[in-house]
Amino acid sequence: MEWKASYRLLNYCKHLFHRRWTPNFHYFKTFYTSGCRYYFNQPSVLIKPYIGNFQQAFQTFKHPSVSLGMHQRNRCRSQYRCFASQATIIQRRSDFSTISSEDLSYFKNILGERGVVQDEETLDAVNTDWMRKYKGTSKLMLQPRTAEEVSQILKYCNSRSLAVVPQGGNTGLVGGSVPAFDEVIVSLSHMSKIISFDKVSSVLVCEAGCILENLITFLDNQGFIMPLDLGAKGSCQIGGNVSTNAGGLRLLRYGSLHGSVLGLEVVLANGTVLDMLSTLRKDNTGYDLKHLFIGSEGSLGIVTKVSILTPPKLSSVNVCFLACKDYESCLKLLLEARRKVGEILSAFEFLDHDAMDLVLKHLEGVRNPFPSSMHNFYVLIETMGSNESYDREKLDAFLLHSMENDLMSDGVVAQDITQASSCWHIREGIPEALMKAGGVYKYDLSIPVEKMYDLVEEMRVRLDASAKVVAYGHLGDGNLHLNISTPQYDDNILAQIEPFVYEWTSKHKGSISAEHGLGLMKANKIHYTKSSETVQLMATIKKQLDPNGILNPYKVLPSSLLTKN
Amino acid sequence: MKIMVAIKRVVDYAVKIRVKPDKSGVETKNVKMSMNPFCEIALEEALRVKELGLASEVVAVSVGPSQFTETLRTGLAMGADRAIHVEAPENIYPITIAKILKALVDVEKPGLLFLGKQAIDNDQNQTGQMVAGLLKWPQGTFASKVVLDKEKQVATVDREVDGGIETLCLNLPAVITTDLRLNQPRYATLPNIMKAKSKPIKKFTLQDLNIEIKSDLEVVEVTEPPKRKSGVIVSSVDELIDKLKNEARVI
Repeated sequence: MEWKASYRLLNYCKHLFHRRWTPNFHYFKTFYTSGCRYYFNQPSVLIKPYIGNFQQAFQTFKHPSVSLGMHQRNRCRSQYRCFASQATIIQRRSDFSTISSEDLSYFKNILGERGVVQDEETLDAVNTDWMRKYKGTSKLMLQPRTAEEVSQILKYCNSRSLAVVPQGGNTGLVGGSVPAFDEVIVSLSHMSKIISFDKVSSVLVCEAGCILENLITFLDNQGFIMPLDLGAKGSCQIGGNVSTNAGGLRLLRYGSLHGSVLGLEVVLANGTVLDMLSTLRKDNTGYDLKHLFIGSEGSLGIVTKVSILTPPKLSSVNVCFLACKDYESCLKLLLEARRKVGEILSAFEFLDHDAMDLVLKHLEGVRNPFPSSMHNFYVLIETMGSNESYDREKLDAFLLHSMENDLMSDGVVAQDITQASSCWHIREGIPEALMKAGGVYKYDLSIPVEKMYDLVEEMRVRLDASAKVVAYGHLGDGNLHLNISTPQYDDNILAQIEPFVYEWTSKHKGSISAEHGLGLMKANKIHYTKSSETVQLMATIKKQLDPNGILNPYKVLPSSLLTKN
Repeated sequence: MKIMVAIKRVVDYAVKIRVKPDKSGVETKNVKMSMNPFCEIALEEALRVKELGLASEVVAVSVGPSQFTETLRTGLAMGADRAIHVEAPENIYPITIAKILKALVDVEKPGLLFLGKQAIDNDQNQTGQMVAGLLKWPQGTFASKVVLDKEKQVATVDREVDGGIETLCLNLPAVITTDLRLNQPRYATLPNIMKAKSKPIKKFTLQDLNIEIKSDLEVVEVTEPPKRKSGVIVSSVDELIDKLKNEARVI
């Protein structure tokens, strides 16, 4: 504890020193790529952030995004990350206005008193992201109830050059859903109506603020499911899911949202309401513009309505948890699974020995399916189908074949739902176990699947004994969650990881953000994955749709490309 | 010594139960069915006794329609040596099941009969006690610990009762029904699932065992429990007191 405190003091001094050389420090902010940042726009309370952080370091809170899978809500303890490393400085754009009393009365006029939130406690919550890594200083949250109201807000903000951050359930992992400075928060929470559901075409139309779990429950009664399932389903909203092109556990089976979203209603920065709310599966008339808004993280427009294709709910679900001796076997198993149970395969997840170790050590109530021996790799396979005995027969044939060909060294098949959820609990409990283990550097990478684990091994060699490298992820989708777990955050370790991990991914034609997005965390890292011409075109589109840059500024694209000229 | 374990197939513990529209019972079509959790514990205990070298064979038995063999396969995959399936309609009452089990005990002559303390579908909690009565065997119900003494032919059973643990000594043969905290059932591993496919399941009909189904009970109606009304937020202490006095009438 003493050590920690002095370390913080040291950091704090660093900032004081730094501040001295920054004349206009009111509008400067320091960001750390993997830690929290301090802000100095309140010079009179310089010591406050220090004390504040200290208190928050031991706060326990319930996180929506680890309430995973089969109705389990997990508690997790988070450390407020107070360390300095690789600071990147972002400056508040001087051309943005600040909120005046006329602005407030205008908003109150269109939204009523209830739609304009200035209460400090509420604002504190919506200014902070769930990891407590990013915190803005917005003084205003607006809660529109219709697309028309969103339109009026944006039109006004655009004319006044007021920056805006759209917010859904605020469960993002890259700081995209909270203000960087004092942007006006436009919360979609009050737009949560289900508009229609057609059983024959199985298309659901709803407003952007619908919480994913509510949609899942609604569809469950109709005999359908959502094409995506996330740990954060209890809090996240469909508008945010679409805006960030959220991936999750069902992607392997039902594809990305670029496939399942059939139409959108979007409000542009100038207030134009774009009605693209089609429920058609086929529509080749001109450019399919809805794709621009899927995954653009609220930087091109605010999604207000969504029409989405929903698959039928299937009653036969099987889960097996297998042990493999090497990564090669996991890959062979994936190939075999695609071939033999491809049509019912709904998840193919993997974790390595270190991830299993961590979960068994840090999570209560987790059962090791193989108590007698440890294995190098573990694979979780889920199938979903309509006929239990056919599915079982197919799965058994696949398992028997894989066992005979030595693709796995051991395995269990869940006999009931409770066993199935305890298998899932191992895979889904890893993020929570990592939080409990101490500091963690998280990377969400897409890498050609056959090379995926090379990175993990190289990283282990680089870091040697100084940190634990834990790998897990959606093997079926080529998505690696690379986590480096350390007892304490350490600049030297971070310097070993970054930019190596980005460069490695870039070299192997991978993506530095598979499903989390870029947000604030990786806005300046986009060039590791996208060519400069591509990024340039993105900037052109951004400038075209949002010439004043008021929508979710400082995020997704490097700010340098978006300066007005 | 041989151990017999009775197993029931029920709607999976984790499934949300729905009542059939005609109120005749619970919907079981397109619903995940699994082994009754207490039966799983009973089987696990029998397997542990066998693994300690105190029994030579574990026989799993079940009474119901043909799908019940799937649940018996699960039992075989967990490690039971063989299984017996008595073909019968669903929803038989405990007294009939007890009579069937007695008839099977007469055939198999086990030294111990394990059952789950109750099935999670109808919560009857009677079969174990009834079969012990019919067999005139001693019974240890709600077992949370079982210790066997092979030489003395005695089973020591801890039972969770109100206010503590009761310990019973039973002379074998005996009936033991298992409670939740007795053990944690194992997973069915792949090699064992494959082995289970070739293990025998013997079939009996009710005629074979000379048992007739009759019941003095009739299900009149099955309904869902009343839905919980959503709460209200009161604006003041006075309003709360007023509501407690006049609406809830508790003060």
